[in-house]
Amino acid sequence: MRKISTPYLLLIPGMGFLFTFFLIPIFNLAQTSTQTAAGDTGLYEQTLRFQNYIDAFVENKEQFGRSFLYASIATVLALLIAYPLAYAIAFKGGKYKNVMLVLVVAPFFTSFLLRTVAWKQILGEEGFVVPTLRTLNIIAESTTLTSSAFAVVAGMTYNFLPFMTLPLYASIDRIDPRTLEASGDLYANGFTTFRKVTLPLSMPGVVAGTLLTFIPAAGDYVNAAILGSPTTKMIGNVIESRYFKIVDYPTAAALSFTLMAAILILVTVYVRKAGTEELV
Amino acid sequence: MKQISRWFQRNLIRIYAVFAFTYLFIPVAYTFVFSFNDSGKSNLIWKGFTLSNWQNPCGAPEVCTALGNSIKIGFLATLFSTILGTMIAFALGRYHFKGRSTTNLLIFLPMATPEIVLGASLLSLFLVFQINPGFWPTVIAHVLFCISFVVVTVKARIASLDPRLEQAAMDLYANERETFRRVTLPLVAPGIAAAALLAFSLSFDDFIITNFNSGTMTTFPKFVYTSAARGIPAQANVIGSAMFFLALAIVIIGQFVGRKRKVS
Repeated sequence: MRKISTPYLLLIPGMGFLFTFFLIPIFNLAQTSTQTAAGDTGLYEQTLRFQNYIDAFVENKEQFGRSFLYASIATVLALLIAYPLAYAIAFKGGKYKNVMLVLVVAPFFTSFLLRTVAWKQILGEEGFVVPTLRTLNIIAESTTLTSSAFAVVAGMTYNFLPFMTLPLYASIDRIDPRTLEASGDLYANGFTTFRKVTLPLSMPGVVAGTLLTFIPAAGDYVNAAILGSPTTKMIGNVIESRYFKIVDYPTAAALSFTLMAAILILVTVYVRKAGTEELV
Repeated sequence: MKQISRWFQRNLIRIYAVFAFTYLFIPVAYTFVFSFNDSGKSNLIWKGFTLSNWQNPCGAPEVCTALGNSIKIGFLATLFSTILGTMIAFALGRYHFKGRSTTNLLIFLPMATPEIVLGASLLSLFLVFQINPGFWPTVIAHVLFCISFVVVTVKARIASLDPRLEQAAMDLYANERETFRRVTLPLVAPGIAAAALLAFSLSFDDFIITNFNSGTMTTFPKFVYTSAARGIPAQANVIGSAMFFLALAIVIIGQFVGRKRKVS
């Protein structure tokens, strides 16, 4: 008979690690977020100043709004691009399924920063896209594609696309093709079959994919830093500069905590609505 | 004409897939092409073809130090996170115990926390204990965000195993340890390998958490980020492209070995 203690022995090292380097730091972050600077000493003292949260939010509400807006648009775009791709791999891939899956992940191996910088150069003044579009009169002479909200959202959509495609594939691939045939036999057209059979059956993939895209996108600052301009700053950029440029740990901590809480609330509501409880 | 449009309709989704893959690979191709650029300092405009970047990949200052750090960190983070994560996955996948849902929650939370919050909170912990950011803090940070992905990947593999195989081993008088070593572990091994590959690629490509916890040490992504403003040397493109082909080769060989084992 298996011993009762076995699962706990297996869990102790990993859980101990997560406790020490995840839970304690989060708790510590919460503590920092209500501190105030102690004179000019460069140190902080605990004053339980919850006003920090209000100040930090009011000062940066634009960046918060932008983060959630950009991340939402990028998530929807990634879903629209990835769904047909995952569908194609699952149902039309045949013996090339595994090759195609590898191809989805393959761009990862060229550093994502290199790829983001590559987009910047492709879409930039010296690239070939902008001059072509200008000659064809599709965009005005003064319009640029980089340093814009468009470039930031496009960059995020691109960078998180594999995170969207893989879970979508995993759940579309599990659909029995006979259910689609059955739907056709019952006189449903292609669109109805998709709406009533394929889409509901692939919902776990949609939920997992949107979460894996939305969460990192909302906290991202790399795309905004490389492809954006000062007017496209996201909350990640603010947190980063509060830590490294303007050394202001309490505000940075309050902002981080607000971001985490907002994401957790959104995720919980979303997962409840979508009805897929067992995610992990 | 009718035939052409019918062919088009039937293959619409395949044509779409080709476009989607093209989109995915445009920046990869761009990086590869510009690794042959005779660029001098700033690799922005095409100036002419040269092989010298590939012959001398460490030519740009710091680029190989950064790469070496990334590989070391990636290796250690993969090792630790795969061991810890696999143990958790076995506990969750094979046992029913009290505290199961709490464990599940603690695994899910780091994945639902934006990297910037993970990085920032860990940095403040290190600062409280007056540990300077650097190599080991970065390794710890990487293990932290890799564990959950390892658990999810290995757990999925364990869940897909046929329990009758283990029962059969027991029926054939294998004890628990032998069953685990000769039946369970070999069956779960591909899942563990996939998890390790995932952990390494997540670690190797990470920027945000690294930036918070590495102090003055450079890693490859950090090198690219800091040199993005003044122009990235073509050697970085060489390394990015080489990593791409290397990873592709590993995956293809892995597939090949896997298929051979299945046949025999």
